[in-house]
Amino acid sequence: MEQQGSSGKGKYKVIGTRPIRHDGEDKVTGRAQYGADIMLQDQLYGHLLRSPHSNAKILKIDTSKAEAMPGVRAVVTSQDFPQGEISAGKKYARDRILASDKALFKGHPIAAVAAEDRWTAEEAAKAIEVSYEVLPAVMDVMEAIKEDAPLVQEGNTTSTLGGQDAKPSNIVNHTQHKRGDVDDGFAKAELVIEREFDTKAVHQGYIEPQNATALARSDGQITVWCSSQAPFWVRAELSALLELPLSRFKVVPMEIGGGFGGKINSYLEAPAVLLSKKTGQPVKLVMSRADVFEATGQASAVHSKIKIGVNKDGAIVAGQAWLAYESGALPSNWGMQGSMCVFAPYKMEHVLIDAYDVLTNTSKVAAYRAPSSPQAMFGTESVMDEIAQELGMDPIELRLKNAVQEGDLRADGPKFPRIGFKETLEAIKNSDHYKSPPPSAPNQARGLAAGFWFNAGMQSSATVGINMDGTASVVTGSVDIGGSRASMSIMAAEALGLTAEEVRPSVADTDSIGHTDVTGGSRTTAVTGTAVYEAAQDAIGQMKKRVAKLWDISEEQVVFEDGAFKSTANGHDPMTVKELGPKLGMTGGPVLGSATVAPKSVGAGFGVHVVDIEVDPETGKVAILRYTAAQDVGTAIHLSYVEGQMQGGVVQGIGWALNEEYIRGEDGAMQNTGFLDYRVPTMLDVPNIETIIVEVPAPGQPYGVRGVGEVPIIPPLGALHNAIYKAIGVRLRALPMSPPSVVKAIHEARKIAEPAAART
Amino acid sequence: MSKKRMVNATINGREQTLLCDNRMSLLDALRDAAGLTGTKEGCLTGDCGACSVVMNGKLVDSCLVMAAEAEGAAITTVEGLAIGSDLHALQQAFLAEAALQCGVCTPGFLVASKALLDRNPDPTEHEIRYWLAGNLCRCTGYQKILEAVQSAAAQLRDNPR
Amino acid sequence: MKPLEFSAPATLDEALGLLAGTGDQTGVLAGGTDLIIQHRSGHRDIGHMIDIKKIPELNVLDFDTKTGLRLGAAVACDDLGAFAPAQKHYPGLVEGAELIGSTQIQSRASVGGNVCNGSPAADTICPLIVLEAVCVVRGKDGEREVAAIDFMTGPGQTALQQGELLVEFRIPPPPPRSSDAYLRFIPRNEMDIAVASAAVAITLADDGKTCVSAKIAIGAVGPTPILVEEAAAALEGRELVNAALEAAGKASSAAAKPITDMRGTVEYRVHMAGVLTRRAASMALERIQESD
Repeated sequence: MEQQGSSGKGKYKVIGTRPIRHDGEDKVTGRAQYGADIMLQDQLYGHLLRSPHSNAKILKIDTSKAEAMPGVRAVVTSQDFPQGEISAGKKYARDRILASDKALFKGHPIAAVAAEDRWTAEEAAKAIEVSYEVLPAVMDVMEAIKEDAPLVQEGNTTSTLGGQDAKPSNIVNHTQHKRGDVDDGFAKAELVIEREFDTKAVHQGYIEPQNATALARSDGQITVWCSSQAPFWVRAELSALLELPLSRFKVVPMEIGGGFGGKINSYLEAPAVLLSKKTGQPVKLVMSRADVFEATGQASAVHSKIKIGVNKDGAIVAGQAWLAYESGALPSNWGMQGSMCVFAPYKMEHVLIDAYDVLTNTSKVAAYRAPSSPQAMFGTESVMDEIAQELGMDPIELRLKNAVQEGDLRADGPKFPRIGFKETLEAIKNSDHYKSPPPSAPNQARGLAAGFWFNAGMQSSATVGINMDGTASVVTGSVDIGGSRASMSIMAAEALGLTAEEVRPSVADTDSIGHTDVTGGSRTTAVTGTAVYEAAQDAIGQMKKRVAKLWDISEEQVVFEDGAFKSTANGHDPMTVKELGPKLGMTGGPVLGSATVAPKSVGAGFGVHVVDIEVDPETGKVAILRYTAAQDVGTAIHLSYVEGQMQGGVVQGIGWALNEEYIRGEDGAMQNTGFLDYRVPTMLDVPNIETIIVEVPAPGQPYGVRGVGEVPIIPPLGALHNAIYKAIGVRLRALPMSPPSVVKAIHEARKIAEPAAART
Repeated sequence: MSKKRMVNATINGREQTLLCDNRMSLLDALRDAAGLTGTKEGCLTGDCGACSVVMNGKLVDSCLVMAAEAEGAAITTVEGLAIGSDLHALQQAFLAEAALQCGVCTPGFLVASKALLDRNPDPTEHEIRYWLAGNLCRCTGYQKILEAVQSAAAQLRDNPR
Repeated sequence: MKPLEFSAPATLDEALGLLAGTGDQTGVLAGGTDLIIQHRSGHRDIGHMIDIKKIPELNVLDFDTKTGLRLGAAVACDDLGAFAPAQKHYPGLVEGAELIGSTQIQSRASVGGNVCNGSPAADTICPLIVLEAVCVVRGKDGEREVAAIDFMTGPGQTALQQGELLVEFRIPPPPPRSSDAYLRFIPRNEMDIAVASAAVAITLADDGKTCVSAKIAIGAVGPTPILVEEAAAALEGRELVNAALEAAGKASSAAAKPITDMRGTVEYRVHMAGVLTRRAASMALERIQESD
């Protein structure tokens, strides 16, 4: 691991170290309680009946046989939600959880059963009789976008450029960003390259399936235990769907077994609550792996067209992008997010970006690590590579020439504050990997690509309590998905002059901390971290008063520097928080700092990756020989978990690039609904991932944090694509670049080359 | 014939008698009947390794073992790795090397790694990657897991426990 | 899932008695790495699971230079892999057995279960075919032998009749100057099911160059494994230089009759049958040369 940049070393005492995570021991001993581990007294087991069809009218649901089965305690359907007039948006939200008039995708929940054991629940679900009128379904974005395509949602019209079309369509949104005049720009450019790209739907592939346990008490109070990235959002959704105040719900976040964005939407919580309301007993629901693949949110399949025009010196003149994103059967705005990322790293005078969100008969698309950016930037980074090739330029030099920096406008409009893209490009340029000669045996090559993610803001709350011995506790509402408790304790410790071990971090339920948005979008360390910092400052402010009292000086005469309270007035020895702790009782009682934050902007993150590969031209298999990832993280809080986020993201990106895909049969249904054929990389498929941490502190965040988790999944797609091109001489513009597609590309290239050779 | 049975097994050195429905897997028996929820369910098809345990000296996916098959068996789960408050070298190394993020695959990796080091105290990088290929981790990219296993192996060679 | 009965008979007769009495809802449990998944997913309706691992005859693992290898149907793949005579004399069979699943699966899966599951992509069936293995089957009326090439009769179907049990494989001793090899292609480096596979067994003449006998079988490229006589003919009587290996590969591609499914297309599988045949033949040849 290397670390580069202007901050870090020397500036901080705790930040940038590697303490043992506070929740670690429970996780290596098996004591940590994940959602599925909960076992309540008198608990019932739930099971969902799911649609076997991708698109069908639900004519009738007969639950009588199921209800009559011994051991069955309750059956619920969408009818068990409060009925009456509802808005289109709320109907979408409700229908996603339990279908009402239509089954919109295979695996769509139709009804839920609670029984004494899970086998009875499963048998009872099978005994529910549903009459369907099967309708033609549409899975593919380019099919769904056609005028005569079957309509996924009859009521949907396109929201376009600030207006609303009148005609029903599968297009939810059309987003456009326009700057200058692209036609003029392309006319002036000396080299213009335009290409089309396809990516398939992929899944986050977290190891822990979704689960939820609910207890609805007779006094109307409801508690839900679940593995969610966003317990406050679960509470808000339950409140809306059940038409009950927020204060009736307590959502308890259990340890969460991975999410990557896929555990932001709730799935099982509302059915568990409905079943518990009906039975008066706690009800637990757990998804099977097939349910997870078919009926939680995959990442969009995307079709894109990317056109970039440059001058001979490599300077980009104009860029145009056309992006169509799979939305699933319910409206979303992933295309809009893609439009914000597609050209973000590069300066462009003339820009035209059109993005579409397209309804399909698939489960509603969910976030997946830097959601929408990988699919968009895959095409951009391929075209940039082709431009470098055509101009005979080094791919890093081409990117350096066009890289955005502070003050430049992002392609979709906003002005960049201080960012570290150039520094990240330089870090790769100066890396041992890039400086070493590219692998030169036959079928070996090197590829490079960049990635951008804007990092999310939103709202967070935190408290910092000072214990009577001067140690501290920090409480946030951000679910810890990959070590954030350790990061929170590090930031609180840095602020308070304590060690990470002297700060005990915890994640609170929705009763015990202020509203906190999702753990996702690489916002937790930056935004919840800001709340922790502010709460620590609040505590320090309160402690200054106590110190002033002890020293008999005014509060203004107390400063907190280098981890200790100091007097600007007289000769008191500095006093640390540890020293003050025991004196809190006699100076006015406990100290509890708190803060809520809602930052308007956060620092954007950039990554640059380089990969060496070897292709077996007979089998089409790609072996990764060496991989290096550089990223501007602003400030690295816990070095090990920054490296771990980068390595994990890269490996997910490698999976996306080479093998992962939703394989659909003739009926459109996903065929590979297990980890056997949905091929996430195993330990034997990847090499070590070298990491270079670049630190260009983000303005506006107390410690300059940008966030880490999203960016590293983006560049592997382009880097591997570019490397494969250099190895075999063919560009695979559709993902995944799986062995059969590599072989096919090689064979097709030969077919084209052979007749040409025969003529000469 | 009965659809339920008493299964007698020695779990982490402790003799136990568990009432099991015949449909239960060893994973179900461990989690629901013995209350040992450290062993995790990830796929129920033997493709992720989260439910790895050692049964009669062999590393198995407990989701692909019927509970009834555990009659008379000796089973080690993640809960059996530490001796009291004395963590196993692998557990310590996983903490020190930050070899876990969400932690749900961790019990399976620990049990599988212990099974490896019990038979091969000095594995090569390839041997580790090959042995652990049936344990999926979606968070770490595997490198820190590899480093933790290597570090624990070195420590155990110097100071076997 | 319906209620389940479970038995673990200690003798072959007890097992055959249970099999005869329980009809087609019986599931024979060896390693369970296919059966338990099929039961859980509802692909197989099983009312009674019979664990056959306690039966001594199904756990035989023995090698004799005159009579060859006896491999009990319930022997786990890792136990076969650790059996030195098997590694030495039947490296291709061991390769096939060791490719089945992860370490965890290896502890449980058996060669017997692998072939009884009836998948054309099974990793041990092609090695068994080229080694001319005999499958020993017992029913209430006694014992019969089925050649490995005749054991699988269709996807998920075998030559086993109702009430019959696969007891063991008998594999002849390898002739001098012979060896075998098995290769499959999978997209990842572990865990997948074969997209295509090839097993090759060859015997060289005294000159150590000319092939006197060859057997080649390809898998996952048809409803059952295919014994490719044309590929063997391309090697027999010839020195195993590139041209002969290429010809064998072409013959395998010509014989492959695959379908397109989520694991591969027709074109890719046809292509891979040839590549794997050539590479496996080359591996087997190297093994003979190395042992000289």
